[in-house]
Amino acid sequence: MLSRTADHLFWMARYIERAENTARMLDANLQTVLLPQSPDAITRTWRALLGISELEPRFLTLHARITPEAILDFMVRDPSNPSSIHACLRAARENARAVRGTLTAEVWETLNTTWLELQGHAKAKRYEQHSTEFLEWVKFRSHQSRGVMFGTMLKDEAFHFARIGTFLERADNTARILDVKFFEYARAREEGLDTPAESVSDRQQREFYHWAAVLRSLSAFEIFRKVYKDLITPARVAELLMLRADMPRSLLASMNEVLSNLEAVRKDSAAETERRAGLLNAELHYGRIDDFLVRGLHEYLSAFLERVNDLGERISRDYLVPLNPHAA
Amino acid sequence: MHLIMPPAAMPSLPLSAWAGPYDEMYESTDLYRSVRAHYGALANWIREQSANVMQAKREEADLLFRRVGITFAVHGDDSGTERLIPFDVIPRIIPASEWRQLENGLRQRVGALNRFIHDIYHDKHIIRAGVIPAEQVYCNEQYRPEMDGINVPGGVYAHIAGIDVVRADAGEFYVLEDNLRVPSGVSYMLENRKMMMRLFPELFALHRVAPVAHYPDRLLDNLRAVAPHDTHDPSVVLLTPGMYNSAYFEHAFLAEQMGIELVEGQDLFVEDETVFMRTTRGPRHVDVIYRRVDDDFLDSLVFRSDSALGVPGLLSVYRAGRVTLANAIGTGVADDKSIYPYVPDMIRFYLGEEAILKNVPTYVCRKEEDLKHTLANLPELVIKETHGAGGYGMLIGPKASKAELATFRDRILANPAGYIAQPTLALSACPTYVDSGIAPRHIDLRPFVLSGKDIGMVPGGLTRVALREGSLVVNSSQGGGTKDTWVLEDG
Repeated sequence: MLSRTADHLFWMARYIERAENTARMLDANLQTVLLPQSPDAITRTWRALLGISELEPRFLTLHARITPEAILDFMVRDPSNPSSIHACLRAARENARAVRGTLTAEVWETLNTTWLELQGHAKAKRYEQHSTEFLEWVKFRSHQSRGVMFGTMLKDEAFHFARIGTFLERADNTARILDVKFFEYARAREEGLDTPAESVSDRQQREFYHWAAVLRSLSAFEIFRKVYKDLITPARVAELLMLRADMPRSLLASMNEVLSNLEAVRKDSAAETERRAGLLNAELHYGRIDDFLVRGLHEYLSAFLERVNDLGERISRDYLVPLNPHAA
Repeated sequence: MHLIMPPAAMPSLPLSAWAGPYDEMYESTDLYRSVRAHYGALANWIREQSANVMQAKREEADLLFRRVGITFAVHGDDSGTERLIPFDVIPRIIPASEWRQLENGLRQRVGALNRFIHDIYHDKHIIRAGVIPAEQVYCNEQYRPEMDGINVPGGVYAHIAGIDVVRADAGEFYVLEDNLRVPSGVSYMLENRKMMMRLFPELFALHRVAPVAHYPDRLLDNLRAVAPHDTHDPSVVLLTPGMYNSAYFEHAFLAEQMGIELVEGQDLFVEDETVFMRTTRGPRHVDVIYRRVDDDFLDSLVFRSDSALGVPGLLSVYRAGRVTLANAIGTGVADDKSIYPYVPDMIRFYLGEEAILKNVPTYVCRKEEDLKHTLANLPELVIKETHGAGGYGMLIGPKASKAELATFRDRILANPAGYIAQPTLALSACPTYVDSGIAPRHIDLRPFVLSGKDIGMVPGGLTRVALREGSLVVNSSQGGGTKDTWVLEDG
């Protein structure tokens, strides 16, 4: 297929996934800030959300203070923020429009309808008054987009490049959420040492809600219960969201999909890219969570994000925007 | 049970004001007018529909067109607003006998036009015979000396021709304009039909409407037939200027319907006298390019050097006969308004036949006596720029103010060769939904004639309607809408 077409499909899928993840993070935070806590803690929670997408500097050039309203505006409606739901759904639709001939009518109409409905929601300021409902809508439009691709598209290269986009983006997003949430947890622990006033049971309760929010934001709360039938601990959360192949949003599950779809479009000149994806995948597949924790989760996740980024660039070069092979 | 339309909601036509043009639906314009036979079933059906139901159907059509994305991006608007071309739910009907006459006339005309283009880039018989003055051809901006002596497969230049036809007087067909470069609008012909079948399936049970949905099939068949020689399984692509072009929807739609790649200039490159496209599996060879990019932008090495829409080096491959362009380069010389008056002569010259379809009488201002006539009768005439398109640069004499007439007089005198004049035609009118109900509005017709294997067309075309009361301009850029076009089968 045309390289440019593959490129549009790859980015179309990435942007849909990114919109969904933005919605998930916002939703988790809206739930978290409902818990009794100090105003400082609430601000920190919101700041952490900006940190996940490395957006705090940009946010602060536009808004004087971190307030839930300003964050919602920035992450939902602001077209200048590349991670905002508006920007993602628009980019997904524009990429789809550029290759609408390659998509089934259902896929195109799903993305186009999503974009048209979003404009209606934005006009009605739905995301302010009914934020949870609105964020649910974003998630379900993403489910629907993926479903209609899976259910109607020929399983050819077009499909594989879209899948690679979806799961590379998901691996990136899950890793970012974990990184930030583990960082927050570690800091809270350190601060806790200085405030012996907090009883053990208070701390346990606080930590429970912290991890429950993380799990919920990745649709993993019920799955955790089913898999472990035990207390929520940081190590188990990390294991579930990094190393379980059967947990749909885990790093391993995402990398499995990236790898199998890369194999489906295999060519000799892209062997190094496939090798790197395979290596990353094998580390997660055969790794033990204790080893990751001993080596330091933050170090691992930072390196993971860099390697996912490297994969994206390599796939681009190999397939999507190849240099003119004949250019002087 | 049928809903009976209350008298108050009956279409109220400004009958007295409507004495002039041919009405597609009614025999006469008096109060007791009778419906033409081929509109009988439709007229009865319309009478039985309630205003509410029709309103709901029109809204449904709007919604569907938006969802499918048959829209124009409004230039320079960043908010994502897109515009629809208004769609009218009352179809335009052509009976089989009239269509046969049109079809024969179009086939004859396009055949002669292709012969003409071949001739002027080869032996120039028609010029040497004195039928068309040499300067009309060679001094034309659309004449491409690069094409001189180049042979194209099958001698076909205008593979896709959009011939604009109107009815005037007592219903006679006239050709208003030949579009032989990159005519657009066929996707509306196809989508309008799909929409009508979805909204009003019962109407198709009442009428034997000839289908048009096989157009992309015929187009592909013709494109494959004109591939360079010795190509066993030709690779055909559609070249678009990109998604911000106003006809982008049509480009994507046709490529999808034909199952061919939709490419932009950046996707193609030239190497070893061959055109390749960049794919995920490496370079792939291209044989036929259905290009929707104008001549000027096709090859920055030959034509406009600032064009990023084309493929540098394309013309050299084309001249070597190793790729086919549809339409060919240099067809514009035959659809220019200054060549138009000679089409009946071409038909006589190449085919030895009289033209089946009439031309609108045309005064060519570069001729002295025509210029004189034009200037003396300016308020009754329509003045067009010879290179104008899209309904711009026109003067409609009877509707023009004194000041406008004076300005045009000066412009014509300054450059007579730039203008032609035609009598104001009373274009036929067809009942159309407007804000106040149903009222007659002027229409035209653009059938799409395909040449390659043979010359043919699907029964129908794009009917455009001037939605503003009394307006004669049907172009979508000037407030025009579209209708489904039904050719009825006999029996």
